[in-house]
Amino acid sequence: MAKVIVITSGKGGVGKTTSAAALSAGLALRGHKTVVIDFDVGLRNLDLIMGCERRVVYDFINVINGDAKLHQALIKDKRLENLFVLPTSQTRDKEALTQDGVERVIGDLRQEFDFIICDSPAGIERGAFLAMYYADEAIVVSNPEVSSVRDADRMIGLLASKSRLAEQGTEMPQTLLLTRYDVERVEKGEMLKVEDVQDILAVPLLGIIPECPSVLQASNIGTPVILDEKSNAGRAYAEAVGRMLGDELPVTVPRGAKRGLIDRLLGRSA
Amino acid sequence: MSVLGLFTRRPKRTAEAARERLQILLAHERAGLSGADFLPQLQRELIEVIRKYVSVEDDRVQVRLEREQHLSVLEVNIELPAPGDAPRV
Repeated sequence: MAKVIVITSGKGGVGKTTSAAALSAGLALRGHKTVVIDFDVGLRNLDLIMGCERRVVYDFINVINGDAKLHQALIKDKRLENLFVLPTSQTRDKEALTQDGVERVIGDLRQEFDFIICDSPAGIERGAFLAMYYADEAIVVSNPEVSSVRDADRMIGLLASKSRLAEQGTEMPQTLLLTRYDVERVEKGEMLKVEDVQDILAVPLLGIIPECPSVLQASNIGTPVILDEKSNAGRAYAEAVGRMLGDELPVTVPRGAKRGLIDRLLGRSA
Repeated sequence: MSVLGLFTRRPKRTAEAARERLQILLAHERAGLSGADFLPQLQRELIEVIRKYVSVEDDRVQVRLEREQHLSVLEVNIELPAPGDAPRV
């Protein structure tokens, strides 16, 4: 049965789109037919992170308005057989997103896909609300940083009260994805520890994604970072995908970016 | 870079790729050719014209776009009905 998962955070710039791209690609790699939807109307970016920006013809809003059929707007990933992107409009504003339209499109996608990943915009306005409203599960993305944790807390509250599941009296399963985690700075006492964030937010941990140069490299070339299997961030996302699928993998704190003597002699970065 | 760095794999220079991708994308967006606005209209009108000659279903039309630095390719794929299915004109 199809599962709709929202990737949300409240705060902008914490890694929602990076995570949505990586987790979707990871689910597709594991053989699940997956679509990732950009809900950030007017500020389209998922297409760039997925590397399909030159192939966007129709978008989510065209489908909602009946200007295009769903299968015309879905962009098939060139690397992964099971992966599709539904881009949003770059020219409309967020009022173009209607609740009926979103419900209809998600309903249609449920017939065809195993996973429907909703990449939420920042904020708590219409786009963010509709991205989470029809979700079966939520992944809350936060950095180990005060404003991000505060906004994540607000979002967790909204998920528990304003989603369709909440209105039906069902609790929405939520997990926390802690991104840009820098072990060295945590060890120096300069950054919130994972335990601190978890204590405050009280949501089960899906994974810890380390601060990692590969994330920018992947975004530069339009490839989900999970496909960089050797990178620390890529591996951490792959483990998070495993947990989404029920693998019994304990969450480990990623190793630091500290370079060993051999690495330094060889001029390698971590 | 260390001396040994000369013999090991250099990190990929992905910034160049990022610059090129952005240049192409923004050139199109600034020119207002972002697709979404004129393509549905274009598709409707194309179907109308083609319908004057043969019968085609709305969902038998695929429009694809591939943007490159100096040109974009708009590919319109219209599936015509098999000869037996077409109404006699």
